Amino acid sequence: MKQVFGRPESLVDVASHFCPGCHHGTIHRLVAEAIDHYGVREETIGAASVGCSVFMYDYFDIDVVESPHGRSPAVATGVKRSNPEKFVLLYQGDGDLAAIGTAEIIHAANRGEPLTVIFVNNTVYGMTGGQMAPTTMLGQRTTTSPYGREFSQDGYPIKITEMLAQLEGVAYAARVAVDTPAHLAKAKKAIFAAFEAQVEKRGMGMVEILSSCPTNWGMNAIEANKRIETEMIPYFPLGVFKERKGSDFF
Amino acid sequence: MTKSFEKGNVAIAKAAVSAGCLYYFGYPITPQSDIPEYLSGVLPGLGGQFVQAESEVASINMLLGAGSTGKRAMTSSSSPGISLKQEGISYMAGSEIPGVIVNIQRSGPGLGGISASQGDYFQSTRGGGHGDYRTIVLAPATVQEMYDLTILAFDLSDKYRIPSMILADAMLGQMKEPLDEWKPELGIDYGHSEWILTGAKGRERRRVKSLYLGDGDLAEHNWRLAEKHKRIAENETRASVDIPEDAELVVTAFGSAARIARTAVDRAREEGHSVGMLRPITLWPFPAEEFVKVGEKGTPILAVELNTGQMVEDVEIAVKGASKVSFCGYPPGYLPSPDEIYEKIMEILKGEEN
Repeated sequence: MKQVFGRPESLVDVASHFCPGCHHGTIHRLVAEAIDHYGVREETIGAASVGCSVFMYDYFDIDVVESPHGRSPAVATGVKRSNPEKFVLLYQGDGDLAAIGTAEIIHAANRGEPLTVIFVNNTVYGMTGGQMAPTTMLGQRTTTSPYGREFSQDGYPIKITEMLAQLEGVAYAARVAVDTPAHLAKAKKAIFAAFEAQVEKRGMGMVEILSSCPTNWGMNAIEANKRIETEMIPYFPLGVFKERKGSDFF
Repeated sequence: MTKSFEKGNVAIAKAAVSAGCLYYFGYPITPQSDIPEYLSGVLPGLGGQFVQAESEVASINMLLGAGSTGKRAMTSSSSPGISLKQEGISYMAGSEIPGVIVNIQRSGPGLGGISASQGDYFQSTRGGGHGDYRTIVLAPATVQEMYDLTILAFDLSDKYRIPSMILADAMLGQMKEPLDEWKPELGIDYGHSEWILTGAKGRERRRVKSLYLGDGDLAEHNWRLAEKHKRIAENETRASVDIPEDAELVVTAFGSAARIARTAVDRAREEGHSVGMLRPITLWPFPAEEFVKVGEKGTPILAVELNTGQMVEDVEIAVKGASKVSFCGYPPGYLPSPDEIYEKIMEILKGEEN
């Protein structure tokens, strides 16, 4: 019998700690498919970040170094500069990449470090218990914005992918979602493109993935999935913001 | 061996290259900028990488990344910059990642000034960042030692999987002295390369990390680090000891303070007084045993530092009251002449100390 569906080789066969309805597992699978597709598992060094994302070192069958909160673009720079032949994978959440690690991601991107960055945006600090993130939507109630995020107090949710797309060092920048089968297919394509940017040494490839955190949103999985479409996508538009095919930057 | 006449900072940079360090990550700050300036010129030609990072925080984390792949790498800075690096140093210590960090001390607290100081003794020898850890701290007193101890820092860092720090200051970094540039043996096998990240090719995946959430795992990890610290203290403690049998007083100082103190000690000896000199070379591990020996004889000790009193606490802990410990401190912005320290020595010898 021909097998048409199975676990990607790069994904370890263990139960995950993720909450029911959380999209990290889905995203892990797509990333593992990309690792397998490009045949880089044995060449990959992952730079884990801080938050729910840190457990990438339990779930991907690759070498991983843990980074301080927000610093994985700097850690990955150190790995890549001293091992240019390796494939370096980053997997960061919104608090990690878009708040405490803003300087590190912007400058790694600006230097054109050939890294692949998976940026999971679920509009909330997940692991610490649902505090306001830089990506929290206006009006969204969190444990540190109990009256709802107010722009005069907290500013607007940050659109980091649009910002990074402005930088010459970024070869690929896209925002995708994983709430529907159609979006999943596009997300997979974008993740593959972000891998290709590094494989072809064109610069940084990054994908922002709109995803759910039912636990901290106080929703069930289905409601959370719907929220991505009704609230997040209208503010965080999906699409490819940067795609530079040539290696003219270098 | 090449002979040259070099600034202390350049001696460190040259030593790093001799030690096979091809990767440098840093951020400009006075008075250490000669190090990145030199290496930015040299490393690209050697197939290495020089990265001027966006911040001190980024540069220590780049060091962490390179170190996790077993590559010799270095970062350097000066006091305020070293404060910013403490997060990364703590993670490196927790993840047992080797790497060399150079602190060409200026003065604090805060922005302080750019003059020589030894105000970072506590920060360096107590770990510096969060958590229960130590780093190896080497304190050169000459340009030659800036070179020699940098090479040692790389070896010890690899041998024990621990960050090593060079603790010098503006004076040592900026002054020129003759230098013998020797080449160390490279590629020493310390018998524990199975942690290095190279990509999981034909083997189980590896993880370099400091997060331990399992019941009792972190306590076990901390005890394992403590055992390692003990091993380092037993095997790697270094001091320059020049104490006559009949010493009436032992002067102790490290780094540039030790140079000034040494001149004062020599003068006292020329005048017929038996004065010893004990210069810690490793500030952590601290050469406590040498002080215990002084304490056993009850010989008084004078600690001289370019701060308001930091190493003197370690001296007092070591002698446990067996010797009278005096202190002579010079906070930043002022350097004592040897005569001032000589006067202090004389006061103690004559029993006139206030």
